[in-house]
Amino acid sequence: MRTLTIRETGATPRVRAMVSTKRLLADLSVFGKGYLRSRVGVFFALIFPVILILLFGAIFSGGGSSPISVYYQNLDSGQVGARFVSAMNDTGAVVMVQVPDSQNFSQYLLSQSASQGIVVPASFSQSFLTGGNANVTVYQNPSSTTSQIVLGITQGVVDRFNLYHANANATDVFGVQTVTVASGSYKYVDFLVPGLVGFSILTSPMFALVNISSEYKRDKIFKQLSLTPLTKAEWLLSKIIWYVLLTGVSFLMMSAAGIFLFGAHIGFSLGILPFLVLGPFMFVSLGMLIGTISNSPESAAVVGNLITFPMMFLSGTFFPVASMPAYLQGIAHLLPLFYVIDGLNNVMIYGNYSPALFDLSVMVVVGVAIFALAVRFFKWRED
Amino acid sequence: MRAIEVESLEKSYGSLKAVGGISFSVDEGEVFSLLGPNGAGKTTTIEILEGLRDADSGKRRVLGFDPWKQGYELHRKIGVIPQGFKFFLYPTPREAVRYYSALFGVKADVDKLLQRVLLTESADTYFLKLSGGQKQKLGMALSLVNDPELVFLDEPTTGLDPAARRAVWEVIRGLRKEGRTVLLTTHYLQEAEELADRVAIMDHGKIITSGTPGEIIARHGSGDRLTIRADEKLGAYLREKAGLAAEFDGHGRVSVRLKTKNDALSALKAIEESGLDWSDLSTRRDSLEDIFIRMVGENPDDQGNGRHPPG
Ligand SMILES: Nc1ncnc2c1ncn2[C@@H]1O[C@H](COP(=O)(O)OP(=O)(O)O)[C@@H](O)[C@H]1O
Ligand SMILES: [Mg+2]
Repeated sequence: MRTLTIRETGATPRVRAMVSTKRLLADLSVFGKGYLRSRVGVFFALIFPVILILLFGAIFSGGGSSPISVYYQNLDSGQVGARFVSAMNDTGAVVMVQVPDSQNFSQYLLSQSASQGIVVPASFSQSFLTGGNANVTVYQNPSSTTSQIVLGITQGVVDRFNLYHANANATDVFGVQTVTVASGSYKYVDFLVPGLVGFSILTSPMFALVNISSEYKRDKIFKQLSLTPLTKAEWLLSKIIWYVLLTGVSFLMMSAAGIFLFGAHIGFSLGILPFLVLGPFMFVSLGMLIGTISNSPESAAVVGNLITFPMMFLSGTFFPVASMPAYLQGIAHLLPLFYVIDGLNNVMIYGNYSPALFDLSVMVVVGVAIFALAVRFFKWRED
Repeated sequence: MRAIEVESLEKSYGSLKAVGGISFSVDEGEVFSLLGPNGAGKTTTIEILEGLRDADSGKRRVLGFDPWKQGYELHRKIGVIPQGFKFFLYPTPREAVRYYSALFGVKADVDKLLQRVLLTESADTYFLKLSGGQKQKLGMALSLVNDPELVFLDEPTTGLDPAARRAVWEVIRGLRKEGRTVLLTTHYLQEAEELADRVAIMDHGKIITSGTPGEIIARHGSGDRLTIRADEKLGAYLREKAGLAAEFDGHGRVSVRLKTKNDALSALKAIEESGLDWSDLSTRRDSLEDIFIRMVGENPDDQGNGRHPPG
């Protein structure tokens, strides 16, 4: 009785560990088992994205042997430069696409996301006649296969021209020099894998968390849990861990499908990991936030869909953002998923780490903000 | 020490006064029942005591704790089954009990606990495949994992078939035998009568009366009654010719309140004189049900499914 009086007048003792591994693992195990048993979740998280890869990959990779488009500028005003271009076309492996001389060529390649281009020098015809040296410039992206093919073809055509020039004494009149371009016209499937990894990072946690957090609230399951020592942080963390694991598996499955079925080019590096962790972190939190501030599972689903679907289509999941109209690109930059996919593209396709770091920073800031809001509004109980 | 003490407890949702200043207390080891129709404010009251809702005003102590501010300490000592208990869809009862044991950091004997709530045969069935009664039993098992001193049960048998209801009752009787305190809400009168040591009848956010069923009957009952199967004409005859407090219940039964022993004799005489048809004459005392109907103005069992009239 005496201790009771002390309790009544004194401050409430609130010494408690925020996160206990034991409780966290217990919750993770129950949630994970339930997830695997429900089958629907497994289908949408793991099988469906692979099906999308198969579908989109099959649609857009049709005609793999079609000629490669090669942009060119012919600075030569004489006959021979034009003959060189038609000789390139005659190989059947490339289709030469002329770029007006007024354009800055490398800028143009960038704007077209083209990974290869050829510039025929102004001195080309002159050299053919006099035997003076002239180099054809091949713009190329060393990591792109098509670039390599174009380089090889150009080399072959140039060698042929070396056989026929007018000056019998001169050897190697024509040469090939290369310029590296940052852009690349990668295969569609190269973009498809990071895009659909992003799709899966968005949709699996969002749909699930919007749903369970609103249903648990309605069904008083959160209240029930609040009566146990499990903390909100443990509950939320266990969901984040689960979706990070799921994303990891899904990433491997999609990459495998992309690589083995469509020959996608994926640069694997540790740089991918932060995206596979922060992405689910961000969308588990967002789903939780939407579910927890909604009055009913029905309204939560509406709000969840309103946010998820536009984000799903506009962030570069199915098509590279660069191929969208400018105003949509502007909108894309406002969507958190954009930074996930842009970052994955930068790491997996371009191997460009500094823009990836920027994407990652945006994700950290946005993710932490959403997480903080979710924790702030997520109530076990009501007042 | 009193397990629960409540004084002038109030809670409004906007302009709706769900709990309008109620006071009651529950002794240790007692089964106490809040009995009232839907919307009476039972769930609001019980959730305030569990620490799941804050009250607007009024004193409340549960096992000596302020339930809202000292929930963490309180929750280790209480067990709760919310109204319409629901859980994750996929764990089996066995897994669910293990989960709760891990959360509470206790080593529970899973098999024994499931046996205690009569759930052994469904121990490995997914929650979503359990029947309503089995789900409720799992709720009981979970509420017992931390070996609570005090158990809150909010309408534990609503919507269950009679067999499942009796099974849940068995478990509640077991809790009482083990010396645990139980706060039980129900809108089934028979449930309160069967299980509770004391009852508080609640309606529109107020406790109308409370005590043991016997005390309530003594306080609010109108003593003995004579009932006769007859029609309204006999009721009128008894009132007018014999000056008795006779009422027709609208269903072919006239009941006469017997203020004195003599009233019984004059009633019999008047019935004989009336020459009207009658049958099934009997006398009985007011039951808790009569009082409930009179005070709350509705039959509690109209809201639930069948209960057998008290013998
Ligand atoms: N969260 C809430 N918000 C608004 N009104 C509520 C809420 N919960 C209950 N009520 C209302 O308060 C009254 C009492 O409800 P409740 O405590 O659930 O009663 P009971 O459990 O006896 O059926 C009812 O009129 C109900 O509609
Ligand atoms: Mg209720």
